[in-house]
Amino acid sequence: MKTLPIYGIMAEFPSAQALVDAARRTHEAGYRKIDAYSPFPVEELGEAIGFHSKDNYVPLVALIGAITGGLTGYLMQYYIAVISYPVNVGGRPYHSWPSFIIVTFEMTILFGAISAVFGMLALNGLPMPYHPVFNVPRFAFATKDRFFLMVFSTDPKYDTQGTRKFLESLGPQSISEVPS
Amino acid sequence: MANQPSPVIEPGYTFGTVTDKISSIVLTRPTTNGWIVGFAAAFMLTMMLLYALGYLFLRGVGIWGINIPVGWGFAIINFVWWIGIGHAGTLISAILLLLRQSWRNSINRFAEAMTLFAVASAGIFPGVHTGRPWLDYWMFPYPNTMNYWPQFRSPLIWDVFAVSTYFTVSLMFWFVGLIPDLATLRDRSDNKYLKSIYGLFAMGWRGSARHWARYEMAYLLLAGLATPLVLSVHTVVSFDFAVAIVPGWHTTIFPPYFVAGAIYSGFAMVLMLAIPIRKIYGLEDFITDRHLQNSAKVMLATGWIVAYGYAIEAFMGWYGGNRYDQTLLWNRLHGPYSFWYYSLLICNLAAPQLLWIRKMRTNPIWLFLISLIILVGMWLERFVIIVISLTRDFLPSSWGMYYPTRWDWMTYAGTIGLFLSAMFLFVRILPMISIFEMRTLLPEAEVKPE
Repeated sequence: MKTLPIYGIMAEFPSAQALVDAARRTHEAGYRKIDAYSPFPVEELGEAIGFHSKDNYVPLVALIGAITGGLTGYLMQYYIAVISYPVNVGGRPYHSWPSFIIVTFEMTILFGAISAVFGMLALNGLPMPYHPVFNVPRFAFATKDRFFLMVFSTDPKYDTQGTRKFLESLGPQSISEVPS
Repeated sequence: MANQPSPVIEPGYTFGTVTDKISSIVLTRPTTNGWIVGFAAAFMLTMMLLYALGYLFLRGVGIWGINIPVGWGFAIINFVWWIGIGHAGTLISAILLLLRQSWRNSINRFAEAMTLFAVASAGIFPGVHTGRPWLDYWMFPYPNTMNYWPQFRSPLIWDVFAVSTYFTVSLMFWFVGLIPDLATLRDRSDNKYLKSIYGLFAMGWRGSARHWARYEMAYLLLAGLATPLVLSVHTVVSFDFAVAIVPGWHTTIFPPYFVAGAIYSGFAMVLMLAIPIRKIYGLEDFITDRHLQNSAKVMLATGWIVAYGYAIEAFMGWYGGNRYDQTLLWNRLHGPYSFWYYSLLICNLAAPQLLWIRKMRTNPIWLFLISLIILVGMWLERFVIIVISLTRDFLPSSWGMYYPTRWDWMTYAGTIGLFLSAMFLFVRILPMISIFEMRTLLPEAEVKPE
């Protein structure tokens, strides 16, 4: 019988508190390639699996986007109103910068928001039509009221027997091997 | 106990029951006759909109009541009215998020949907107001063979950027909020096709802690960006008037007074939608009296800012000593449209004072009626600002009158139909309350810090 390669081992917990405790202990035990799944954002969970706020590049992406937007907005208007198509409106100077502030502002917001959203999706690797975790039937409850902890088989400390035993010691409701 | 504020969510719910209650409205609740009749009525109005617009494109803006001197009529009145209504959604979802008002979690989703549909209805008017929508792309700056560029010193081009940015950001905010709930619907649905459709839009969301961390950050950033944006949109809309020199328009009070009026009418629309929805779908446990009370208080507060705006307009008309401003004031009080000015004062100043009474703030029927009056009042406000100023400007020889035609009314009623049709579809196919944000409100969501 051919055995499928294992993507990781998944343990199910009944509450956010249980998942956070288990994730902390798994991280303390030296596992690094782990992930946790919850039906709503749990602030402590990121820290517990070793994902710190300095690893979160979404603000940087949004900042770069916002600055790009602001510069694009202003320079576009400067180019149009001063260089490409100068029109005398009520004797105002061609470079009448106070009139350009609003479009600059709107472009800053627009580019910043687009960068935040698409940056978040790209960093999260979404859209992702297939993912091994969905092979576990119980995982359908991860979007309702169940909490899951996952140790990936790529973790240096991973071995199928030992890791399973370790996860069992955390008192989960169920344990499943995730085929890739 | 009478003085205890009602809870944001009634006790006794768990993650599972919150999820089931909200998702079952979409997944298992049968389509009722009431929904079909309501949607059909709204859809017929939408068809009337298409008819009115089709005839407009065929014949031009001559079918409307606009003339010289009133070149701006229903199109801009309705545009400003709809854009204003849209403001409450972003206020609820962005500003109240930053202020950590967690009661917003049960009304932000449909308030955001309301914003989208209101801005879409608003966008129709500038799109068609010349009668030649096929030339709308001229407003966008792109290198073209006609060798021209937009004129960036005009508030009308600022409007293009403000409104299109507002729509885009509102759409993204709404969609980002929906992603985890679409994943919930994907996992809860038994129907293979529905599963694929919800799954497609959920984009493979699996609730990973890393994803949530980035997601929450993006959501917070969007809120931070949407907050100045929403305040800027109606400010820019008010510049359309304030930058002009027409009496009654050329004032510095316009930006704050427009923004307050926008939030005022937006909350009125939120209440007009929330009150029937929570009754029909049995969501009184999630949209509680606390939500109604808080919305009523926001209306009362913004209503007073609007009242201050009216007072300053009148005061400056007198105190400024400008003959034309004084004439405008006289025209509002005694001119041919004075009936509408007094109606506006009754709708926007007198009626909301009932909200000082607690019983009124918790009685859904009264709240619904007061909200309706406020929406009418805010429409009248735009009518008064635009029509009274334009019909009588500087030279009596160019004075005139403005009478909307049936095509004006059909277009206006048609956008209401479009808005309601979209709302009907929204409550039927998407979770109208944010499920994952409701879960965070439950006591069992709390985690002890290390």
